[in-house]
Amino acid sequence: MHLRPATLLMAILAGLILLAPVTANAATTPAPSPSAGAEAPEANPIVDGQNITVTLKDLNGGKGEPKPVPGVTLTVFKESKSGEQVGTQVTDTAGRISIAIPSNGVYYIALDPDSLPDGVELSGGESNLTITARLGGNNFATFPIGASVGESVAFSEKLTNSVVSGLKKGLIIALAALGLSLIFGTTGLTNFAHGELITFGAIITFMFNRGFGIPVIAAGALAVVVSAGFGWVQDRGLWRPLRRRGTGLIAMMIVSIGLALLMRSIFQYTFGSSTQTLSQYVAQPRTDYGLISLSDKEIAIFGISIVAIVIVCIAMMKTRLGKAMRAVSDNPALSASSGLRVDGVISSVWILGTALTGLSGVLLAINEQVNFQMGFKLLLLVFAGVTLGGLGTIWGALVGSIIIGLIVEVAPIISINGYNPVPASIKEVGALVVLILILLVRPQGILGRAQRIG
Amino acid sequence: MDFAVVIDAAFSAALGPQAIVFALAAIGLNVHFGYTGLLNFGQAGFMAVGGFGLAVSVVTWDLPFWVGLIVAMLATIVLALVLGVPTLRLRADYLAIATIASSEILRLVLGAVEFKGTFGGSNGLTGFARTYKNLNPYGDGVDIGVVSFSKDDLWSITVGWTLVALGCVLIWTLMRSPWGRVLRSIREDEDAVRSLGKNVFAYKMQALVLGGVFGGLAGVFHVLKQASAVPTDFNTTFTFYAYAALLMGGAARVLGPVIGSILFWFLIAGLGSFFSQATGGTDPLIPASIMTDTQASLVRFIVLGLGLMLLMILRPQGIFGDRREIAIDGR
Repeated sequence: MHLRPATLLMAILAGLILLAPVTANAATTPAPSPSAGAEAPEANPIVDGQNITVTLKDLNGGKGEPKPVPGVTLTVFKESKSGEQVGTQVTDTAGRISIAIPSNGVYYIALDPDSLPDGVELSGGESNLTITARLGGNNFATFPIGASVGESVAFSEKLTNSVVSGLKKGLIIALAALGLSLIFGTTGLTNFAHGELITFGAIITFMFNRGFGIPVIAAGALAVVVSAGFGWVQDRGLWRPLRRRGTGLIAMMIVSIGLALLMRSIFQYTFGSSTQTLSQYVAQPRTDYGLISLSDKEIAIFGISIVAIVIVCIAMMKTRLGKAMRAVSDNPALSASSGLRVDGVISSVWILGTALTGLSGVLLAINEQVNFQMGFKLLLLVFAGVTLGGLGTIWGALVGSIIIGLIVEVAPIISINGYNPVPASIKEVGALVVLILILLVRPQGILGRAQRIG
Repeated sequence: MDFAVVIDAAFSAALGPQAIVFALAAIGLNVHFGYTGLLNFGQAGFMAVGGFGLAVSVVTWDLPFWVGLIVAMLATIVLALVLGVPTLRLRADYLAIATIASSEILRLVLGAVEFKGTFGGSNGLTGFARTYKNLNPYGDGVDIGVVSFSKDDLWSITVGWTLVALGCVLIWTLMRSPWGRVLRSIREDEDAVRSLGKNVFAYKMQALVLGGVFGGLAGVFHVLKQASAVPTDFNTTFTFYAYAALLMGGAARVLGPVIGSILFWFLIAGLGSFFSQATGGTDPLIPASIMTDTQASLVRFIVLGLGLMLLMILRPQGIFGDRREIAIDGR
């Protein structure tokens, strides 16, 4: 049987290249323009894309209409006061500032009390505020003047926003989950180092992009290729010899834990512990498309992941290699006796699986930022997605991951009579609870076949 | 380069409180994985429940210290029962994923801002260890060249190694009993045991509770020795390190987890101290272009990851174990 492991890979790359123009047209980050000076500017429009918007209003103890407070200097820092300055603005005649932020996370907003007009004082006494940006889009913060006032986003808008970011997260998880599921299906290995394969894709992208100055899109494509090569090396250098020795599956699982610790430490050693951004597409403005608003990079992420997943699924159904992979995952001994080169098929599965996982890391790096433990943090969600759909099934991994992505993003906005069952700071908990519940009710997952699992 | 400092750091860590925490947690894992073949990857969760059980009882609920200890132990038993019902019927890899997920849920919930009033948020809780500290009979710390301990550490070591010794005696007795033999036969062949009329589920549950209680004890000891309970201490990496210690010493052996933990901390602290010395100072042994002192602290974890892989590939039974007694071949 003639196998062409490169065919599937080329197909994925073709998908990437086809979509490249979409991303290439994306506008570069509009740098938050610091408008210094005590004069209040005419108007600060709400910045498109992810932003922090603060409106200062003097409630005057609740008497009369709240009056906006213009001419106050506000500065936004990342994480804390000692963090990187994201931007500074002076409130306009509507008492508003709006500063673009690169990603979700914790931001520290400092208000310069000296710039407050005479007779206006903060009622809380605190001139600093730490807020956590979680949903894409607008993040509003309020400083109490006279009394606090908050501008909240309508629930329907919050829901559509979180559904969109849930789908996006779900697709990124699905790419990694497909890789995990393919490898589990053919080798039986529960790979705890899979999260590090996600990080690998992201860090290689970062290395090509920042290190060698290659544009993000090309760097991402190269990272997918390098990931694929890494999968091949890993199988040849580690897993195949272990299979030959007849090492047990639990022993292999513990080996993968060791590999995960090793890789994560090496990432931290070479990349450092800080979180860094790629050179392009960091903070993009969002365009309104009726119900939802998306930035160009988000459209690209949707497009690339959907195309990659569709190509893989079709290839698994139609091509000889795809059929061989499914045959091996069904019954390795029977496939071998039918003349399939099982080791060759497993090699291609590793190449395909790590390429997909690397792609998910690339997209995650473009969507958020690069950090040495970004994949490790996603690992349990990937496991949850795969388990929910059914270990070892392709469609299951896909469906399960998207459900998990949606649960993670939508659960925090649900509140019953003001009580929030899943607070946003621990939004992953909902998905992990679902993981345990599904094991309790239907251990084979939504689409898995009932087999011995107990 | 001062080798005396390296040796002091290595020995002090190997005999110190941190190694005791690992020894207790690994004894629990030994009951789970070594004797019964249960792949519990959520030992950190049992520790968190134990540690926070004590801290929350004393700080938040204002209960006496000794009641807090009882609450902590009861909480770990409850966790084991709650976790065991859905997961013990599952295959090993499913059990691993379910336990790891539950320990992450616990860590996230304990550290959440929203429950700051009860669990203290990401800073955790302090101020529950007074009774423990007041019991300390030692007036001063010791420094005998090779090892040095502060007064508090000396007290923790006394209490901790006593607990470890008692635990070992308990495990030794239990595993020689008919009950222990059933556990080991479950590890070897579950179906055979079932066909002999034993209630496999009940035995597994008892093993899970026993090992979980050791995990809880490790958690209680951990928060007492540092007088604070911090959620991030109980992350999944801890469980993996405890597994590394257990496998190094040898699973399914009474002293395996203890020797493993001592050795684990000897190597971790020794390597850490060695590389921090090699990169520190004005004329470091290893130039900063190759390794900075931040990177130096990571070398030991690189070695640890590599070591765990090689150990599992080359000598899965560890130092003392018997290869035939390790549940690594099944699913």
